[in-house]
Amino acid sequence: MKRIVEYFRSLMLLELLAGMSLTMKYFFRPKFTINYPEEKTPKSNRFRGLHALRRYPNGEERCIACKLCEAVCPALAITIDSTQREDGSRRTTKYEIDLFKCIYCGMCEEACPVDAIVETGFLEYHFENRGENILDKEKLMAIGDRFETEIAESRKNDAAYR
Amino acid sequence: MTDSVIYLLWTVIKVLMICVPLIIAVALYTYFERKVIGAMQVRIGPNRVGPWGLIQPFADVFKLLLKEIILPANANKFLFVLAPVITLAPAFAAWAVIPFDDVMVLADVDAGLLYVLALTSLSVYGVIIAGWASNSKYAFLGAMRSAAQTVSYEIALGFALVGVMILAGTLNLREIVLAQQGGILDWYWLPLFPLFIIFMISGLAETNRAPFDVAEGESEIVAGFHVEYSGAAFAVFFLAEYANMILISALTAILFAGGWLSPFQGVPVIGDTLLGQGSILWFLAKTLVFMFMFLWYRATFPRYRYDQIMRLGWKVLIPITLVWVMVAALISVLGIVVRGA
Repeated sequence: MKRIVEYFRSLMLLELLAGMSLTMKYFFRPKFTINYPEEKTPKSNRFRGLHALRRYPNGEERCIACKLCEAVCPALAITIDSTQREDGSRRTTKYEIDLFKCIYCGMCEEACPVDAIVETGFLEYHFENRGENILDKEKLMAIGDRFETEIAESRKNDAAYR
Repeated sequence: MTDSVIYLLWTVIKVLMICVPLIIAVALYTYFERKVIGAMQVRIGPNRVGPWGLIQPFADVFKLLLKEIILPANANKFLFVLAPVITLAPAFAAWAVIPFDDVMVLADVDAGLLYVLALTSLSVYGVIIAGWASNSKYAFLGAMRSAAQTVSYEIALGFALVGVMILAGTLNLREIVLAQQGGILDWYWLPLFPLFIIFMISGLAETNRAPFDVAEGESEIVAGFHVEYSGAAFAVFFLAEYANMILISALTAILFAGGWLSPFQGVPVIGDTLLGQGSILWFLAKTLVFMFMFLWYRATFPRYRYDQIMRLGWKVLIPITLVWVMVAALISVLGIVVRGA
């Protein structure tokens, strides 16, 4: 008897109707989609995007060529050469990051004693030619100059949680 | 002489008046499908090309047309090229007898229903030939599955139509609609409710749509019978599939939902206004509702397994249709629904 009842119950397609009412409910739901270039999700202050080398407010470069970032980098993406400048301070002559090797772990930033190498929140970049994956010192400084306000802002916001 | 030339030209114009909107409808249907399924998956679907993404299907069409048609080295070249045409031709030819309105019908044939049934079953040959001519195991598997499925569900589909024939007493699609005169409760979906449901289910199976899309089950046999097709040839298969879906929707509207008749016919107040008049707009609206159902099913149901499809077709749908054909005969004989009234 129970099986007969089950059989006729299945013929009423109740389960199918339940499924269809569910999809219809979702049909009218507000959508999750974010129209990417126009809309963006909020980014963390600790977001790790493209690298940059920062300057002090007086324009002097922060990096003192201590090579801690080079040492800590797990992907060996950083290459540094240094020399003594005329004023006696130690400075880099070469500071290169290979973005193909970099795993964006942020350990260079953690290691830096003077907050020189940082990862910005900028993530919309691409390469069009061979070799553009290598960021040299000039490019890194330029990126730092370009995003200095954003970098300073995010460090300030994050300082309380460090 | 001139009379026949004018007649011929007039017929060609009428054919174009059906085919061109149909092709555009197919294009917009693909867009509609992506939007509807997107919405049901809480996404928004295409919205980049043109306003609300409306130009997207046309962009897709041009992309497909500009791509290369690859002929597999071991394929049977002749049949390989012929298959898409065989699939497409019946999907369009069947529209000849579809009555859009009391007078808007290309060929008012007395055996219209039979003609439609014959042509829809013809499209399976395209699938089989495509699968065989490709000389690929996936395509062949897809073709085998599709053949078995289409042939099985054709029986249920045919019996569902027998019920309509018994009540309407005619095979002429226009007269079938006219036999359903008199408001939403006089349409055949009510006395033939099980057949109505079964017609929609078998329609899904006939067009190889989800949840009966084992013929092109992406997860197991890549794309089924049309794996080896690319470019315009693939576009033709696509066109045929969607044209068939629209055809089945239109047939459902005609056979079970009163075609161009208004649901308010005979209702005291509204029935006297313009809404109570039968018109092509009602027909299109009903077709659109059934077209939406196709997408709704696809967004809801997972794909049937091959043996489940066979069990459902042979052991569930066909017995029910047989019983309900008897019931329909009783309804007709007892005069509950007066034949052809």
